[in-house]
Amino acid sequence: MAHGPAKGIGRWLFTTNHKDIGTLYLWFSFAMFLLGGFFAMVIRAELFEPGMQIIKPEFFNQMTTMHGLVMVFGAIMPAFVGLANWMIPMMIGAPDMALPRMNNLSFWILPFAFTLLASTLFMEGGAPNFGWTFYAPLSTTYAPDTVNYFIFGVHIMGASSIMGSINIIATVLNMRAPGMTLMKMPMFVWTWLITAFLLIAVMPVLAGAVTMMLMDINFGTSFFSAAGGGDPVLFQHVFWFFGHPEVYIIILPAFGVISHIIPTFSRKPLFGYSSMVYATASIAFLSFIVWAHHMFLVGMPIGGELYFMYATMLIAVPTAAKIFNWISTMFRGSMTFETPMLFAIAFIILFTIGGFTGLMMAIAPSDIQYHDSYFIVAHFHYVMVAGAVFSGTAAVYYWLPKWCGRMYDETMGKVQFWVSFIGFNLAFFPQHFLGLAGMPRRYADYALQFSDWNMISSIGAFTYGAAQLLFMFNVIRTIRSGTPVSEPKTWEGAEGLEWTLATPVPYHTFSTPPEVK
Amino acid sequence: MSRRANMLFALVLAPVLALVSSGSALAEEAQRWAINMPKGVTPVSNAIYDIHMTIFWICVVICVGVFGVMFYSMYVHRKSRGAVAANFHENTTAEVVWTVIPALILVVMAIPATKTLINIYDAADAEIDVKITGYQWKWQYEYLGEDVTYLSELATPESEIYNTAPKSQYYLQEVSQPLVIPVKTKVRFLITAKDVIHSWWVPDFGVKKDAIPGLVTESWTYVEEPGVYRGECAELCGKGHAFMPIVVNVLEKEEYNAWLGEKKTEVAAIRELAKKTFTLDELMVKGEEAYNRSCASCHMANGEGIPGVFPGLKGSVVAVGDISKHLDVVVNGVSGTAMQAFGGQLSEVDLAAIITYERNAWGNDTGDVVQPIDVLKFKQGQ
Repeated sequence: MAHGPAKGIGRWLFTTNHKDIGTLYLWFSFAMFLLGGFFAMVIRAELFEPGMQIIKPEFFNQMTTMHGLVMVFGAIMPAFVGLANWMIPMMIGAPDMALPRMNNLSFWILPFAFTLLASTLFMEGGAPNFGWTFYAPLSTTYAPDTVNYFIFGVHIMGASSIMGSINIIATVLNMRAPGMTLMKMPMFVWTWLITAFLLIAVMPVLAGAVTMMLMDINFGTSFFSAAGGGDPVLFQHVFWFFGHPEVYIIILPAFGVISHIIPTFSRKPLFGYSSMVYATASIAFLSFIVWAHHMFLVGMPIGGELYFMYATMLIAVPTAAKIFNWISTMFRGSMTFETPMLFAIAFIILFTIGGFTGLMMAIAPSDIQYHDSYFIVAHFHYVMVAGAVFSGTAAVYYWLPKWCGRMYDETMGKVQFWVSFIGFNLAFFPQHFLGLAGMPRRYADYALQFSDWNMISSIGAFTYGAAQLLFMFNVIRTIRSGTPVSEPKTWEGAEGLEWTLATPVPYHTFSTPPEVK
Repeated sequence: MSRRANMLFALVLAPVLALVSSGSALAEEAQRWAINMPKGVTPVSNAIYDIHMTIFWICVVICVGVFGVMFYSMYVHRKSRGAVAANFHENTTAEVVWTVIPALILVVMAIPATKTLINIYDAADAEIDVKITGYQWKWQYEYLGEDVTYLSELATPESEIYNTAPKSQYYLQEVSQPLVIPVKTKVRFLITAKDVIHSWWVPDFGVKKDAIPGLVTESWTYVEEPGVYRGECAELCGKGHAFMPIVVNVLEKEEYNAWLGEKKTEVAAIRELAKKTFTLDELMVKGEEAYNRSCASCHMANGEGIPGVFPGLKGSVVAVGDISKHLDVVVNGVSGTAMQAFGGQLSEVDLAAIITYERNAWGNDTGDVVQPIDVLKFKQGQ
């Protein structure tokens, strides 16, 4: 019936197949993960001891900025789009994504965006150096000329995300197998559907922010310059109106992944499916009305301050419900601890810690001390790395055997897990202490009382970095020479349409829609 | 080698040390391995500390409960122990309970937080007003109504930063002139910036507020113990972000008044100096010193700047061209660029010395001498 993939490079350039595009996204994001990780290693090497040893402060700022931008926009977001491309059609019984050519385009503009961004490292004036949050006027009046490359890069990334989201929404709403009502959709599909709406809502806001910057820099407007009647704080409002939903864009699909892995290895259905759906939707809604908790120190009136504090604290409620649901899923299950499950459990523990520090920072008076210190650096690495990256790693181990019909090396996977887990905590737990003791973030150099925890943090970061090379090795080894597997269900407890397909998954699937009861 | 071993040893002991920090040698180790927020020396910092600890302990209790159930389950409900999976997957009562209870806990947290925040926002009835202005990369303190204004810059020498000299005790935490305030007095800070956003943070006071160009934000403190307190800039402000610390010297009230009197005399003397005529050599010596303090971080000590970011002055059109243009750039800055207006920051003597230095250093041998009076006339003439 169906033909196989085309031969040669053309297969990848012109492909409209959701699995090929998913693979492209995943490899691209892994490449960006290594690049962003390399920047992180430079940062931690410089911070190993007080004093400037390896790089200059101006280059240090370029490293922190590029690390953040590459990790958020290049590594984590495309990784989950890759997983969505692979899994959504298989999970809802569709033959492919609804808009396959746009799918191709939304991937293939990404390498250009990041080439533009990374090329600034080699230009006069250097790469963007104003932090991934690019606050004006540091990013406008005081920015190097290369900021224009950054702006164009962000526009392209935004276009890619919006196209990807349209595609996901169109696929999920139109191409579900007969009988699969919305409330029967797998959690990963649900979380991605909600994420896609978030993306469509906020990526244009980001585009607006960078366009206003472009105007201020090149065409004499003063959106963000007080001297011309503008307001630097306006930039922060616009940025965080994008930026806060953005963190949920990153974490919601991770919630989806965990909601598949925990039931599979507990051999028990997900506890509280409908409450999980409602919790996800509530978190998405709340994400739009809490943005100024990133700006507690800009001198807001007290009414605004109190409102944003209360609204932010509310997010703890649906998030806690999710944690309780996962734990109830595990309770009285029949658990085994393969690599994906280990990463999923670590996700629950570490994400909860990150959630608690988030709650602490929601308290406006205490945030005075936490704000812009290493405490926040620790917090967002607990939710971004232990949240998004751990769950992405779990997802790859979980579905890789299904994708390529070969089993990964379980021992190597477990070694990678433990090295990652120990390295991660060694790197980031001490950063809580550093922040509370008074070390601000984005510091190229620091006072002597911060020396010891910084050294430990650097050792942890190098350890965590090394574990990722092990991950790459394990994945490549699996694809090339892993033990072949052929049962449709890789995992005893796995449920869902994707596990009814042959292993490895054929190039085209579900040409006839399956029936969902 | 022993340092490494010591470090690993201390890593294991750190939590223990934090608990038994009463012994003096141990107290020092505990400070080195500090793991918590300082309690600070103001009512606000104490209130913040209390909220921080309350919420921390609530979180710890919840963590123990939640993870306790999880670890119990992970141990007991394992397939290898023969556990057979149950099939329950819904319970509305449970869902309601674990939605309502966290919501109630949040209310408990919100009450003290709201009270403290209202107190923090009440800056009324301050006895002293200090205007704090952030610049790349230094702070300016202006005692409003007292005619005392000065800059506070990093005092740590480059040699310590670039590891050619041993680091002193207060490495990166010492400044040319600290902010001085009296003890047990409500002091209001009016905070702003002239270039990019900075943030003025002194952890021991529980004060951190953004310094935003074009806006004035407000904060205040009431310090209960005299002493020297150190803080830092907390908002990324460019390459010198880590190098613009804050030092506040809190004095007894009489000492403060004496200090303020001295400071006023000093200001008058500097003003008097502006009327004097200097030789080229005098200006070059003063100029080199002032240039390295105020200009070299961007234009570099060798006058070559950083290509693509900060222009060089060696042989530049401004530095060897028309003097009044040169005065204009230094005094008024260049709008739309990183070049600040130094007219309000530096004394006439310093400005004259810097301009003279720039016109005669690095082979810019124009021979021009700019006197303080020339700067004053230029300022008055515009």
